[in-house]
Amino acid sequence: MWSALKRLYHQLGSPKWFYELTSRWSPWFLWIGSALMLVGIVWGLAFAPADYLQGNSFRIIYIHVPAALLSQSAYVMMAVAGLVGLVWKMKISFVVGKTIAPIGAGLAVMALLTGAIWGKPTWGTWWVWDARLTSMLILLFLYMGVIAIYNAIENEEMANKAAAVLALVGSINIPIIKYSVEWWNTLHQPATITLTKKPTMAPEMFIPLVLTIIGFYCWFAVWVFARTRNEILWRERRTKWVQRILSTGANH
Amino acid sequence: MTNSPLLALFKRDLLIAFRNRGELLNPLMFFLMVASLFPLAVTPDPKFLGLIAAGIIWVGALLATLLSLDLMFKSDYEDGSLEQMLLQPQPALLFVMVKTALHWMVAGVPLTIVAPLLGVMLALPEGGFAPLILSLLLGTPTLSLLGSIGAGLTVGLKKGGMLMPLLILPLYIPVLIFAASSVQAGIDGNSYTGHLAFLGAYLALMLVLAPLASSAALKISIAR
Repeated sequence: MWSALKRLYHQLGSPKWFYELTSRWSPWFLWIGSALMLVGIVWGLAFAPADYLQGNSFRIIYIHVPAALLSQSAYVMMAVAGLVGLVWKMKISFVVGKTIAPIGAGLAVMALLTGAIWGKPTWGTWWVWDARLTSMLILLFLYMGVIAIYNAIENEEMANKAAAVLALVGSINIPIIKYSVEWWNTLHQPATITLTKKPTMAPEMFIPLVLTIIGFYCWFAVWVFARTRNEILWRERRTKWVQRILSTGANH
Repeated sequence: MTNSPLLALFKRDLLIAFRNRGELLNPLMFFLMVASLFPLAVTPDPKFLGLIAAGIIWVGALLATLLSLDLMFKSDYEDGSLEQMLLQPQPALLFVMVKTALHWMVAGVPLTIVAPLLGVMLALPEGGFAPLILSLLLGTPTLSLLGSIGAGLTVGLKKGGMLMPLLILPLYIPVLIFAASSVQAGIDGNSYTGHLAFLGAYLALMLVLAPLASSAALKISIAR
């Protein structure tokens, strides 16, 4: 068990091995993810019954919820990647963390935008200072901080480490921020707007949601792999194996 | 007296802070000015000001703290003494804790002392004063602790001043929420001990975690 873990650590730490592994995995993630997204979206948009309260407007849930969920877990992934990089000095994991940051921020923006579009017909306003919306916005701020530190520090190794520390601090604070925002909202509950309680979902609405969530995760993996592989190629551009890939166009 | 270098550092920094009284006063003046902008911009009506006074004072305190954070490690970084401190046999996080405690003494404590005056100017209702002072006493050390992480990460950067709020402000949100709501609870005549307990808990947690993170951040910044 221990020696297997050690081998995995050394293999994962090797850019070449990571590159080859992900080039085998990527098509699988891409096709499975695309199939799930296709089924989930078509099912959700065309075949799932309309909501009894919100009518057809609820169908944006099939983009909104996966984006929100994934942007939250992406932050944790980024922090874990940073921790692995700081503790075990694994360079690849810094690269992974760096590639996740802008994707996660984009997903947070997507969740906020789709939330605003959904909020207009449902709540009658684009934005309310609801606990969940606010904590999503703060998550976006946290992502922005990490991205800003990558941009501000020129020395790459230092930028990676600094961003990893910040991501870790942020991930410890995320639950505190989340719950304090929830308490804040219950303390200052605005009387003007009552949020419609989400009805417990019927299975024919819920299953397509699960499919799109898994689909989002698969696509996310493909995207992270692709960006990491690009970064690896750039960093290792002087090595023989990269030269060979570049000259022959072979994948591995 | 194995810890005497820490004591010496504390004395030295305190002395430097009081020799540069102008720098000490800047965040305080900023605090006063920001707070006095609100009546000008919103309304001088005491009824309305009383509603938002706690929020103004706390947001002003956050911004004033941010302004003074830039100085936490800067001069020591520039003259090389920071590097020497990190090379000492004492753990780096003890030095960071001394630095943070000092920052709180020269930034957080003066803000706490001035805040009741601003409360009077902004027509803060009677019941809000006690929780305002208590929440500042419990909240500003947390601001210094969280701020030390940002200061550590940006100390070597030329444009660190603009970057720091971006890194640190999201982390200040829990403090802001509970401090401001404790004042609101006091104004409404409710018990505010729960809010203060949360501020205390957050302070305890950050007292343990923040020096670890900021000493790691300093080592990263120094390593160039």
